[in-house]
Amino acid sequence: MTEASPQEFKKNASRALEDAKLQRALTNVKRGFIVKRSLARSKLPEFGALREEARAIKDHTLNHLDLYLEAYEWKVVESGGHVHYAPSAADARDIVLKICKEAGARLVTKGKSMVSEEIGLNAHLESAGIEVAETDLGEHIIQIRGEAPSHIIAPVIHLNKEEIAEDFVRTHRGLAPDRPLDTVPDLVAEARAVLREKFLAADVGITGANLLIAETGSSVIVTNEGNGDLTETLPRVHIVVASIEKMVPTLEDACTVLRLLARSGTGQEITTYTTFATGPARAGDPDGPRAYHVVLLDNGRSEMLGGDFQDMLRCIRCGACLNHCPVYGAIGGHAYGSLYPGPMGAVLTPALYGIDHSRDLPNASSFCGRCEEVCPMAIPLPSMMRKWRERDFERGDPPLMQLLALRLWAYAAKRPRLYHALGGTIAPLLARLAGGRGRFSALPFAGAWTDTRDLPAPQGKTFHELYREMRRSESK
Amino acid sequence: MTTAGQTRALVLSRIRAGLRVAGRDRTREAAVEERLRAHPRGTIPARAHAGREALLELMTTMLAAQGAEVTRASTPEDAVRAIATDLREHALPSRLRMGADTQLAALPWDMTPEVERVFGPANGEDRASLSRALVAAAETGTLVLVSGADNPTTLAFLPETHFILIRAGDVVGSYEEALDRLRAIYGEGALPRTVNLISGPSRTADIEQTIVRGAHGPKRLHVVILG
Repeated sequence: MTEASPQEFKKNASRALEDAKLQRALTNVKRGFIVKRSLARSKLPEFGALREEARAIKDHTLNHLDLYLEAYEWKVVESGGHVHYAPSAADARDIVLKICKEAGARLVTKGKSMVSEEIGLNAHLESAGIEVAETDLGEHIIQIRGEAPSHIIAPVIHLNKEEIAEDFVRTHRGLAPDRPLDTVPDLVAEARAVLREKFLAADVGITGANLLIAETGSSVIVTNEGNGDLTETLPRVHIVVASIEKMVPTLEDACTVLRLLARSGTGQEITTYTTFATGPARAGDPDGPRAYHVVLLDNGRSEMLGGDFQDMLRCIRCGACLNHCPVYGAIGGHAYGSLYPGPMGAVLTPALYGIDHSRDLPNASSFCGRCEEVCPMAIPLPSMMRKWRERDFERGDPPLMQLLALRLWAYAAKRPRLYHALGGTIAPLLARLAGGRGRFSALPFAGAWTDTRDLPAPQGKTFHELYREMRRSESK
Repeated sequence: MTTAGQTRALVLSRIRAGLRVAGRDRTREAAVEERLRAHPRGTIPARAHAGREALLELMTTMLAAQGAEVTRASTPEDAVRAIATDLREHALPSRLRMGADTQLAALPWDMTPEVERVFGPANGEDRASLSRALVAAAETGTLVLVSGADNPTTLAFLPETHFILIRAGDVVGSYEEALDRLRAIYGEGALPRTVNLISGPSRTADIEQTIVRGAHGPKRLHVVILG
C-alpha cells in the first residue's frame, strides 16, 4: 500500500501526471459524471430553487445543531435504538468495537462509509480479530488492494478493469485461475457471488448515513447496488456511523436534499435505493436487525461551527466538486494524500487535521470556480480555500523567495508612478527578449513555471497604456 | 475512561461554544419545535403536479429509463397473468416468495395454479419474490415499500427477480405526497423500521463508469401497475 501524505502533494501530483494507466482511468470522470450531471440538471427546472432551499435548510440546522441532535436522539431512543456520541475518531472506533464484541461478532459487513474510513474503523476491528467485509463493489476492490478510495462516491475511478481482474484472481480464493474476467459484467458477477456469502453470514452490519432526520430519528442511505440494504437488514445488529453535520430537521427537508444529491453526484434522477432506517426490527417483523446503534462523530466539526469554515458543514458528499475540478481531473484523488480529495477535501482536510499538515491542498486550485458553481449546497469553496491560504501565510513561514517577491511587488504597487515607470520599461523589454515567439520556454527564477509550460510574454505595451490609447481613440 | 453522558455533554457543549449560544434558549428551542411540528414543504417539481393518467405515464417512463420492466394491468387477472408469464419466459422456477400482504393474497392466484407461493422473509435460495408498494412517487418512478410481515424487506434484495405490485390509485406525484400517506398510517414523527424507496433494479457503475445490473440486489425489477 502506498501511503500518500498531503505533505508530499507536489511529488504525488507529478507522479500522477506521468502515470499512463491512471490518466486513462481518469478520462471516465469526464465521460461519465460531468455529462450525466448536466443532463439531469437540465431536466429539473426547479434545481436552482431547490439549491437555495437546501442551503437554507442546512444553515438553519447547523445554527441549531445542539437542539436537533437532542431531538434526534430522543426519537432514536423512542424507536428502540441507541445513540453514542464520539468526540474523536478514537472514541468512535472504541464504541463500535465494544458493540461488536458485546454482540459476539466474528464477521462484520459494511456499506460504503467515508466516516468509517475517516476513523480508521476496519483496521481497528481487524486488530481485535473481527473479519470486516466491505460490500460496495468499489470499496471491496479498495479493500483487497489495501488502498484508500480515490473518490468519495466512486472509490476505484483510478483503476481500469484489467487491473481489477488481476486483483480478483489474486484474492478470490477457490476459483479457477483461468476463469474469464475480461468484461465488467464478469467482474460484477464474481463480486456478487463472493460477497453474497458474507452478507448471509455476517453478525453485525455497519453503514454510514447520507442524512439523519431529527423528526423521526431515522438514518438514510442512498445506494445503487443494494449492498447497504443487505448490510443493514440481514445481520443481528445494525450500527450507523455518521458525523453530526448529516442532520436535517424533517422528512420534507430530506426530500429537498435528496432531489439534489444523486443528480449532482452520479447524474441520476434518484439512486436506485434510498433507505430510511428507524430503530431495530419491530415486534412481528420477520426480518431486520434486533439492535440498532448510531455513533455520532464530531472529530473537529464542532470547532468549524461559528467560524470561517462553517459553510463546509453543509457538504452532502455528492462528489460534484471533484468531478468538475480540473486539478482533480488531472491527478486523481490519491495524489492529495488525504481521504477527502478535490476542492471539498482542500477545505475540509485542513479543518480536520490542521493547515500545517496540508498547506498544499488549498493551493492546488486555479480558482476557476467550477466547484462552487456545481455545488448543490452552494458552498463557497474557492473563497474558503483562499482563507486557508491566508491562514497559512499568517502562520509565518512562507518560502523566502515568495515573500521577497510579494514584498517587492507590494512596494511598487503602492507607488503608482514607480509602478507605471517599471511597467513601461519592463513590458517592452520582455517583449523584445521573447522575439517573435511571444512566449518564454525558460526564464531565470521562474523554472517552476517554465519547466512544464511556456510563459506568455508581454506584447510590448502595458494594460494602462493600451487603456489610455483606447479612451483617446474613443473620444475622437 | 469517560462515560457516555460525559462524551455527550462534551460534544453538545463544543457545539454551543462554537455557535456562541446558551443551552436553554427559548427562542431557539421554539424555532426547532415549530419546524419539527410543521415540517414545511420545499419546492415540488412541476412534473409531479399532473392528472392521474399523466402521472401513471410518468411513473412508467421513469421506471423504464431506470431499467425496470413495467406492466399496466387493468384487472387483477392481468396482474397475476403478467407475473406467471414473466416467470415462464425467463425460465424461472414457478415459485414466488411473498409476505402476508392481504391485497396480494386476494389476487386471483387460482388462475395460475402452477405458481407456487411461499410465505415469509426471503433466503438466499429464492429466485423470485413479490412485494406490494404502499405508495409510489411518479416524479422519479419511485416505489415506497415498508418493512413488516406483510412485505418483508429481504424480498426486495435477495432474489434475482423482484416483482412489485402497485395499485394505480396509490401512485402520487411527489415524495411529499407519499410521506403524507406514511404519516396517515404510522403517525407524526414515526416510521416503520425500514422504508425502502426503490426506483429500478440493482446496479453499479463502479468499474470504469460502466453500468451493470444486478450488483447485489435484483437483476430484474418488474413493476405491475394494477388498475
